[in-house]
Amino acid sequence: MAVEYNGGVVMAADSRTTTGAYIANRVADKLTPIHEKIYVCRSGSAADTQFIAENVKYWLDMHGVTLGELPLVKTASSLIQRLCYYNKNNFMAGMICAGWDPVDGGQVFSVPIGGVRVRQPFAVGGSGSTYIYGYCDANYHENMTLDECLEFVQNAVALAMARDGSSGGVIRTTVINEHGVERNMIPGNALPRFSEY
Amino acid sequence: MQAEQLKTLNPNQYDNPDNIGLHAPSDPRTKTLRPIVTGTSVLGIKYKDGVMICADTLGSYGSLARFRQVSRLHQLGEHALLGASGDLSDFQMLVENLETMATKEYCWDDGSKLNAREYWSYLTRVLYQRRSKVDPYWNQLIIAGLVDGKPFLGHADLHGTTYEDSTLATGYGAYIARPLLRDAYHENLEEADARKILEDSMRVLFYRDARTINRVEFGKVTADGVEISDAVELDTEWDF
Repeated sequence: MAVEYNGGVVMAADSRTTTGAYIANRVADKLTPIHEKIYVCRSGSAADTQFIAENVKYWLDMHGVTLGELPLVKTASSLIQRLCYYNKNNFMAGMICAGWDPVDGGQVFSVPIGGVRVRQPFAVGGSGSTYIYGYCDANYHENMTLDECLEFVQNAVALAMARDGSSGGVIRTTVINEHGVERNMIPGNALPRFSEY
Repeated sequence: MQAEQLKTLNPNQYDNPDNIGLHAPSDPRTKTLRPIVTGTSVLGIKYKDGVMICADTLGSYGSLARFRQVSRLHQLGEHALLGASGDLSDFQMLVENLETMATKEYCWDDGSKLNAREYWSYLTRVLYQRRSKVDPYWNQLIIAGLVDGKPFLGHADLHGTTYEDSTLATGYGAYIARPLLRDAYHENLEEADARKILEDSMRVLFYRDARTINRVEFGKVTADGVEISDAVELDTEWDF
């Protein structure tokens, strides 16, 4: 998931990759940089999302060099959309593109399966997201501080991990704002805990 | 093709053990059954003083971790334990069936008590009969106990296939845990070591099976009887 706050964006994801019910990687990194201050959350087919991310990273890099400035988040998300839309019959990729640029500040763009591109104050994706729509809708509000935002995403991802078999492991977070990028990790034995029932 | 008769709450439809569950409808296109609320691996190992089994306490609904405090271990008589994976509604029906048998045994009060091997044998017959009607109890069962003072560990599944061994595991446990259990097993295994290898195996399964939770129950059978532990949470490592 990714959330816009007053100064930038906060992104969070679990770390589980599965082949069926086998956990192929329990410490995966689903928050992938495609530029210095633009990241994507990857869900769906790992192969497809890695391919898309690598391609967009290359084109964005070229674009940034040509421009001589930090590329815009809306440009990055647009490139993702192009690939996802025109190959919609072959890709199974749900991406959330979020970051910070000097023109529009923090932004979150959702590019789900099918290739629609939608800007949202916050976005959730992946199989575990279905379990936290209620929690997110009830607890999100505009102009959250960084700490409020971090607590929001950590709780949300923890709740999803507790119920979804395809989610689990550790919670990785990325904070992007004008000052830079900060990455963090909450290990699986230190997650926020809720009802055990 | 006749429509299947709806099972109402008339006790006569339920007392007869043949009528406990659904039967395969006469239309072949609807014969495919599938498990709905399921349990994952059950592990078992014999040791010096008896036998120990364990399972987590999750009832999955597909990929949803729906029921998180379900006990998949059940005591059978005085010296046997049953652990189940697969469909939990079928497990509950089997338990009801076995409890009825235990009540009848209590009422006979003739000193004859079914032992672990006899429970295993009975379950085998029930499972095979249902598979032959193409209406299986969709379970993989581990029966553990003491027979004439010696540890017993048996496996029986939805096909009616059965076997005995010193170490057993169902589900992903068969692939991931069984080699670990086999390496650790020897005839004079101490209880603490049996418990440790089961814990270590459950930890690996929690790491690698996407249908587990970190809440585990242990059951053991010794000369002192049957004991099912309280649920336990395992330590895990994540700093990679």
